[in-house]
Amino acid sequence: MGELAHGAGGQIPAAEVPEMELPHPHGWWSTYVFSQDAKVIGIQYALTALAIGMVALVLSWLMRLQLGFPDTFTFIDPQAYYQFITMHGMIMVVYLLTALFLGGFGNYLIPLMLGARDMVFPFVNMLSFWVYLLAVLVLVASFFVPGGPTGAGWTLYPPQAILSGTPGRDWGIVLMLLSLCLFIAGFTMGGLNYVVTVLQARTRGMTLMRMPLTVWGIFTATVMALLAFPALFVGAVMLLLDRLLGTSFFMPTLVEMGQQLRYGGGSPILFQHLFWFFGHPEVYIVALPAFGIVSDLISTHARRNIFGYRMMVWAIVIIGALSFVVWAHHMYVSGMHPWFGFFFATTTLIIAIPTAIKVYNWLLTLWRGNIHLNVPMLFALGFIVTFVNGGLTGLFLGNVVVDVPLSDTMFVVAHFHMVMGVAPVMVIFGGIYHWYPKMTGRMLDDTMGKIHFWVTFLGAYAIFFPMHYLGLLGVPRRYHTIGETSFVPASAADLNAFISVVALVVGAAQMLFLFNLLWSLRHGRESGPNPWRATTLEWQTPETPPGHGNWGKELPVVHRWAYDYAVPGAPEDFVPQNEALPPPAHVAKGEATA
Amino acid sequence: MDTAPLHAPDAVRPAGWHGVVADWSSDQRSFKGASWGKVMMWIFLLSDTFIFGCFLLSYMSVRMSTTVPWPNPSEVFALEIAGTNFPLILIAIMTFVLISSSGTMAMAVNCAYRRDRGKTTALMLLTAVFGATFVGMQAFEWSKLIHEGVRPWENPWGAPQFGAAFFTITGFHGTHVTIGVIMLLIVARKVWRGDFDHERPGGLTGRRGRYEMVEIAGLYWHFVDLVWVFIFALFYLW
Ligand code: HEM
Ligand SMILES: [Cu+2]
Repeated sequence: MGELAHGAGGQIPAAEVPEMELPHPHGWWSTYVFSQDAKVIGIQYALTALAIGMVALVLSWLMRLQLGFPDTFTFIDPQAYYQFITMHGMIMVVYLLTALFLGGFGNYLIPLMLGARDMVFPFVNMLSFWVYLLAVLVLVASFFVPGGPTGAGWTLYPPQAILSGTPGRDWGIVLMLLSLCLFIAGFTMGGLNYVVTVLQARTRGMTLMRMPLTVWGIFTATVMALLAFPALFVGAVMLLLDRLLGTSFFMPTLVEMGQQLRYGGGSPILFQHLFWFFGHPEVYIVALPAFGIVSDLISTHARRNIFGYRMMVWAIVIIGALSFVVWAHHMYVSGMHPWFGFFFATTTLIIAIPTAIKVYNWLLTLWRGNIHLNVPMLFALGFIVTFVNGGLTGLFLGNVVVDVPLSDTMFVVAHFHMVMGVAPVMVIFGGIYHWYPKMTGRMLDDTMGKIHFWVTFLGAYAIFFPMHYLGLLGVPRRYHTIGETSFVPASAADLNAFISVVALVVGAAQMLFLFNLLWSLRHGRESGPNPWRATTLEWQTPETPPGHGNWGKELPVVHRWAYDYAVPGAPEDFVPQNEALPPPAHVAKGEATA
Repeated sequence: MDTAPLHAPDAVRPAGWHGVVADWSSDQRSFKGASWGKVMMWIFLLSDTFIFGCFLLSYMSVRMSTTVPWPNPSEVFALEIAGTNFPLILIAIMTFVLISSSGTMAMAVNCAYRRDRGKTTALMLLTAVFGATFVGMQAFEWSKLIHEGVRPWENPWGAPQFGAAFFTITGFHGTHVTIGVIMLLIVARKVWRGDFDHERPGGLTGRRGRYEMVEIAGLYWHFVDLVWVFIFALFYLW
């Protein structure tokens, strides 16, 4: 690489806009609870998401207990099993991953990485969190209403979602749909903030093409979410009306228990279209932030500039755009016209190109890097492996002829857990280990972190790898018990028991992680402002954790891209983005020894 | 803060597409002339477009896939005045009122930038009155249809999806208009009190008020009008 190829070209332009007016907290409540500070809001989002994520984790244990040891746990009847599946899936995808990546990491990192004092509209941003919390509470409430939560599956397909045979038909489904609408409203408030902050509130010298890839990932995902959630919102509203008012948007003419229902003439397929117009982009809404964060983790901990930065940016944007035209690959078995299947299979496979570019670029970044195998790096590597694995099975499932026999088998469960379950969760963990020092001023414990990583990583493989095989045998998805079949050998039961035991162990490892979060708060090693010797702006704040307004008196001025690691001729092996070269030697030293 | 740029006003920027490219490859802001509030409103409206788009596409989809005949709009939406049947008369008036309100809104924005408090307030109130009239007439139309037996789940003339889609979509749009009216009233009050002349901070957000808020409210209002044109075409003319 050339000498500082991406360093400051010309002069840094003068400030274009006056300083942001910040709301100033008065007292404890407005500092920590009703805070308008994006950092506090980010942490609130993250903690809430982790808490509700625990519920989803416990539900997955219950499901695994049933699948591994059928007939042992009598309280898990088929009804309960459906409810567990539904709540597990929905919580994991929407209330954990989406909220944690965009609301959590987004809020914390966007202003800091861009050199802004806060999000552009702090009040709306605060409202976003409280509406999200309300959505979570409504969702949790559905566990306590008569009939329990809905058991419609996380896809909530009508007609069964609102027929009386489905558990939670009375209250559960209503609360679920309401909660989704609230979530979307809350997300929109936050999302507008993230987008406008990125577009309009960067500091001097911070051009779009100097933004860290983390910001690019979160930004693109937020734009996508603002365009994809509307479809879910509309679907949820119409399903709610079908359920409460008796409209027939999605409900065909039906006979239930020998009685003709009042419904008639609606289109269940319409719901599938609306759902998946949201649902597929949703996969990338959690994947793109993960892509971005992983790029930064890898670059920082391998002390190498990211390979092909521009290509990485464009790949993120192109994946984001393409993901809006592939949704019907989730509907190959819905009886659609073969030409449509052809079209959607083609677009699906095309997405593999920009995705593969990203994977190659990560590998080339690592190539001959000075790899530090610390915990964030381990999780980043774990992500790459898992993601590639899930992506490859995705190529299979993207083809109509392969998907049709595999659809609704454990193969699909294995695929999506690899690609959008385990892989993004790996990044969340990596991100938390990476930025925890900035949030608290202390390092997370390394030993606990390594145990956490290895158990989680190997465990996830032990859980989901065999599921591919089960799926190929024909073990169906969403079944409480498979009972006696001619095509599933008895050994599958042993395999299931094995998977379940591992799932419990992996779950226990997450407890260790939570313990680590609490323990290190007091006992962790002091980290100093920049423990990873990273270049991005959030590590250059005058205080750690960053104070109100982030930057003290002066906003930082950016002179270079985010990836100046191991630059020949530079005094240190990293050059912070706000460093103008040649750096005054004492400053560079001070950063390093901190 | 997010008001006028500090840059020298005479700084030359390339024209046309080169200007766009220059803006997007520059630092600090991608939309050089636009304040945060305005950008936020535009992006919100983009998102809202997708909501209305999904609603309307769903409506078209159920309408095309149903096997039962669809009620004939020019009969359903006719009004009998003095013994004569006027097809679509009410809706024509409603549309006219709403479009006029866009006109008064545009004039209000103009006056706001000329710091003419009296005229701005008056025009905004007039816009709000037009909006309220629209909602009132919509309520009248709803009650007339309900009176004739149209329900979200059934109607005397054919496909039950007619009532379902009609009430849902016009209801959703009517809610937008109502919210718009409330917003107009709030902003009009601020204009009248002179909040924007003194840059008085908002009660909730603590941000200084600016005359631009009139324009931002206007963006929303024009959007709601534009959406109505589509609803009008797809429900009443199809
Ligand atoms: C410890 C980790 C996890 C375990 C052991 C686990 C286990 C399970 C099990 C047993 C099922 C039901 C399979 C069936 O019978 O069809 C399931 C479904 C599902 N899981 Fe997980 N899961 C885990 C983590 C995650 C994560 C992180 C996500 C986030 C994307 C996720 C998303 C889903 C979804 C979307 C479904 C489908 C629900 C449905 O069919 O309606 N899971 N999981
Ligand atoms: Cu998909």
